Amino acid sequence: MTQPPFPVDKTLPLTRRATLMRLAVLSAGAAAWSLPLRSLAAIDTAPITRTIPSSGEAIPVVGLGSWITFNVGQDAAGRAASTAVIRAFLAGGGRMIDSSPMYGSAQSTIGHALAAVGRNSPVWSADKVWDGDLARGTAQMATSRQRWGVDRFDLMQVHNLLGWQSHLPHLFEMKAAGRLRYVGISTSEGRRHAELEQIMRSQPLDFVQISYNLLDREVEQRILPLARERGIAVIVNRPFRQGALPQQLARHPLPGWAGELGCADWAQVALKFVVSHPAVTCAIPATTRVDHVRQNLAAGGGAMPDAALRARMAREVAAL
Amino acid sequence: MDAWWSYRPSDLLMFSPAIYWRLFESLNRQAWPVGVALLVAAVLIGGWWASTASRRRAGSARLVARTQSVRGRDAIPTHAGSARAATALMALAWLWVAWAFFWQRFAPINTAAEAFAWMFLMQAFGFGLLALSPGLRWAPALNARTRIGLALGAWASIGHPALVWVFGRPGTQAEWLGLAPDPTAIGALALLLLLDTPRPLSRVLWRSSWVLPIVWCAVTSLTLWTLGEAQAWVVLALAGVAFGALALGRR
Repeated sequence: MTQPPFPVDKTLPLTRRATLMRLAVLSAGAAAWSLPLRSLAAIDTAPITRTIPSSGEAIPVVGLGSWITFNVGQDAAGRAASTAVIRAFLAGGGRMIDSSPMYGSAQSTIGHALAAVGRNSPVWSADKVWDGDLARGTAQMATSRQRWGVDRFDLMQVHNLLGWQSHLPHLFEMKAAGRLRYVGISTSEGRRHAELEQIMRSQPLDFVQISYNLLDREVEQRILPLARERGIAVIVNRPFRQGALPQQLARHPLPGWAGELGCADWAQVALKFVVSHPAVTCAIPATTRVDHVRQNLAAGGGAMPDAALRARMAREVAAL
Repeated sequence: MDAWWSYRPSDLLMFSPAIYWRLFESLNRQAWPVGVALLVAAVLIGGWWASTASRRRAGSARLVARTQSVRGRDAIPTHAGSARAATALMALAWLWVAWAFFWQRFAPINTAAEAFAWMFLMQAFGFGLLALSPGLRWAPALNARTRIGLALGAWASIGHPALVWVFGRPGTQAEWLGLAPDPTAIGALALLLLLDTPRPLSRVLWRSSWVLPIVWCAVTSLTLWTLGEAQAWVVLALAGVAFGALALGRR
């Protein structure tokens, strides 16, 4: 694989002037409409986009995960809530939804929501194959397509590296035949990074999915630089440590720099930290709430911290 | 792939507490009013057993006339038919939980639920065999072990469904004995403490019938603990009490 171009980084470095302008607009708006800052943040800009190095296609930097949140079975209220979240996500400019056959009924919930939203919805579908056996994995992918109600997936990833030796050649064949658009591989919670690195070096991957957040930053050392070097797009799971991170930080007041970034709460701080890394293509926080999905999308837009502020964010949060 | 044992319980948790508790709402909607009917049945069986055992202990002439000698020591009521009926009812309860809870409701949100369905099916089969086994009857007297059995039965019938109010959930999500797995497992342990199996075959079946309810109590406690539910400790403690009651012997 030849050296591809680096992702086009459309993040805006935070300048004092831009910050003051932004705060002035927010303050004026708040005064005029008597809305809390949190509401204003929620209706802020759509997320910025990043390009997928292997194709040049741009996708919004905030996606939507489905682990636990969309695993609602036949629960009518759960399905309705999930549909509302997906509807708000797509309406707010979000595109990538990520799932896996490992996530229980999440795929069916997504399919139900997409049918309700309309089959022409602009969803960017990312799923996984989760079976060590090639034949069973192939059948599983067909079932996954049925559950989503899509003809083909945009991205198919090998879940947790399971059976990657047999699945990757097959996925590359599918891509060549036009039966999917991108091929990737996923890990979570820092597992098997040495093997992941080896696969990233040896295989022409389009995407890699890893866990990354304000506290779990091991990937900054090797995986993220390698992704940039190899031109591999990066999806980040667990940006909130499954909700635990904002909860853990909630008892502390927001630092001054959070306001400068337009962050109304710790969740937006955490997400902005992740998506502002230049190697990150898309973060996929999961949620069951429409207000949270809107706040997530808002965190993917507007001012972004530069490298110095990112380092400060990580340092100060680690010290809390 | 990483070995399963390298994962923490929280890594394997696939569903939220809200969705888990709403499974019982759906179950109760389908089964209403079977839950209440089973509660009434359990209370009647327990009450009848307790009053019979008390009167026998007091030397009621009427009951003594209907007794037989056991191990040359004591005399017991011979209501083997009701003991078989209660055990058969428990088999049906486990069968129902396997189908209606695990297979129909829990399996779509939990990969492991199918295995749990088979586990409950096996236990249903075991209780079926126990109900038919020779010599099965009620325990001979009201003693420490059977008192614990009665208390656990009362808990499974009345106390466990009432936990929804203790933990601030809607009453529609109550877990009823015979419908939901946790009170059914506790009820099974209660029943086992109240039964007597003097013959070798029924004794073997009785002993093996302890395994899966205890295993389930451990599994559900781990699940509830991972969900962050304090109720986990209640189930674990009750299983411990039942297991401990075995050490008290039959006297």
